[in-house]
Amino acid sequence: MISELFSATVLIGIIASGIRLATPYLYAAIGETFGQRSGVLNLGVEGQMLLGAFAAFYVAFTTGNLWLGLLAAAVVGALMGLAMAFVSVTLHAEQGISGIGFYLFGLGVSDLLFQRMLGTVETVNGFQPIYIRGLSDLPVLGRILFSQNILVYGAFVLVPIAWFVLNKTTLGLKIRAVGENPQAADSLGVSVNRVRYFTVTLGGVLSGIAGASLSIALLNVFQQNLTSGLGFIAVALVYFGGWRPAGVLLGALLFSMVNSLQLWVQVLGIPVPSDIAVMMPYVLTIVALILTVQRVRSPSALSKPFQREG
Amino acid sequence: MSSKIKWIVPLLLIAMLTACGGGGGAEEEEGVFRVAVIMPSAINDLAFSQSMYDALIATQEEMGGPESMELVYSESMFVVDDAAAAIRDYASQGYDLVIAHGSQYGSSLREIAPDFPETSFAHGTTVDTFVDEGIENVFAYDAASDQGGYVNGVIAGLLTESNVIGVIGPIETGDAKLYVDGFVAGVASVNPEAVVNVNYIGSFSDVALATEAANTHIAAGADVLTGSAQMVVGAIGVAEANGVYWLGTQSSQTSLAPSIVVANQVYDWTVVLDQIIELNRAGTYGGTAYRITLENEGLVIDFNPDLDLPADVQAAANDTIQGIIDGSITVDIGE
Repeated sequence: MISELFSATVLIGIIASGIRLATPYLYAAIGETFGQRSGVLNLGVEGQMLLGAFAAFYVAFTTGNLWLGLLAAAVVGALMGLAMAFVSVTLHAEQGISGIGFYLFGLGVSDLLFQRMLGTVETVNGFQPIYIRGLSDLPVLGRILFSQNILVYGAFVLVPIAWFVLNKTTLGLKIRAVGENPQAADSLGVSVNRVRYFTVTLGGVLSGIAGASLSIALLNVFQQNLTSGLGFIAVALVYFGGWRPAGVLLGALLFSMVNSLQLWVQVLGIPVPSDIAVMMPYVLTIVALILTVQRVRSPSALSKPFQREG
Repeated sequence: MSSKIKWIVPLLLIAMLTACGGGGGAEEEEGVFRVAVIMPSAINDLAFSQSMYDALIATQEEMGGPESMELVYSESMFVVDDAAAAIRDYASQGYDLVIAHGSQYGSSLREIAPDFPETSFAHGTTVDTFVDEGIENVFAYDAASDQGGYVNGVIAGLLTESNVIGVIGPIETGDAKLYVDGFVAGVASVNPEAVVNVNYIGSFSDVALATEAANTHIAAGADVLTGSAQMVVGAIGVAEANGVYWLGTQSSQTSLAPSIVVANQVYDWTVVLDQIIELNRAGTYGGTAYRITLENEGLVIDFNPDLDLPADVQAAANDTIQGIIDGSITVDIGE
């Protein structure tokens, strides 16, 4: 039975599943990376995802237009991000606690709206896998890489873009400066608050889209607490990835692949108790975190509100 | 800015949220039977909580509407401590019957029930009424979900052409495990060749993982799927997209994918509620454990009227239901 794990069907299955599972983590964790690199820890990602998922689902369900749904998720995410920025940047609130507050807000409000506006679990016809002539027919690679929906591709395209913006642009330089030494950045004329407002709002937009990738692309339903902790794992992946987009990608893929591996382990009837199997991705992530945290340093000003001295 | 403000904003946010929850209670009126229920998930989860909510609404209708039976509920009580507080609140507001719809609330009931001897409590799915501990006002209820699982298994075993069938479960325990074990036995009874792949995802709420589990089953060749608990809603969509049959349990899931849902084992708790209410009015506040079965019509196999099931499969399903009711078929799940 163990040998079945290495058959082509299973390996393709594991990778294709892993890529799909990694999608919401990538959007949310890349968004969070921007925020944390500028010094803002946002634990409200899960709440932003839930509201984004609901907004996308509701708009797509009522209008039949998936792109409008995606837009709605981005707008709702942006508003949540702005609110978080107001609380953490302008009001200097303790970031961990206010993030939890926003999580609970998103959890409660998305459920309330779901009950009032939909009333029951409905389905939408979400983004379909894209068929690319030639590429989708390739053996193995075709089924892994070229038969996913647009939001899956979007998540993977986002990674190099985020790397480029953070490392090769003036904006990225400002973001990093603000996260490492806001006093110095401020004295050089960089508006710390404006940069942080931008990154936290951007994080909200991406978290909203992460929610949409679930509700109108991968799962095509909305249910109370649809995200079920994914947003918190996304925050953990930022630490795991050492605040770098490539690291986040690696972490998201590793976690998701191990998760799809454990699905296959059970499906193939390999005698591992299900409780042990479902623990695998978490245990592995904790081990990897322990190994990585020792060598990567977090942004110096992370979770410290900025106040001008004097 | 003062350091106090830092804390006030998030605290306000949290306070706003807590203020949103909680329901009010009316003064007790003569003749009105007052029921309060604590749900672990949403009342419209198309699964466990909805099965109880639908039964309560049906019972309310039977009794003559809200004038005869008052119904209040607290849903999404996944934190057991919060649920315990709600149970105590309802009991002290003088509700006649307080239902804690989940076996996880059992230890809270054991603590609270003795303080309110005139109130009936009920919880499930379990068989434990604590009567052996001297507590006389707790009812228990349970579902013989292996029976409907067996029927669904027979249907699946006859429908499969690939001889691979996939099962998505939450956590390997309770009525979900019972359902899955019954399902596996049902498949084996008609199609010993078929392989049933069982996948417990370790969660009642992770829709994303349950959905990917469905993808995994289909990649492994499954052409009939089933699953238990409220996180399977996305998996049903995957089944539909791939033209794979789905068999439901707990509530009717036909509305999610009318083209592929074959049949659902529906929990109908009205038989239990009727008896509890009757006993309560006669002055017995607890002590009995109920079990819904196909025989007492607490379990109903609800076929999708819009799906053309082959006549022989339909006949085999009907025979199986009849056989379980008259005892000629026993569901052997090898415990």
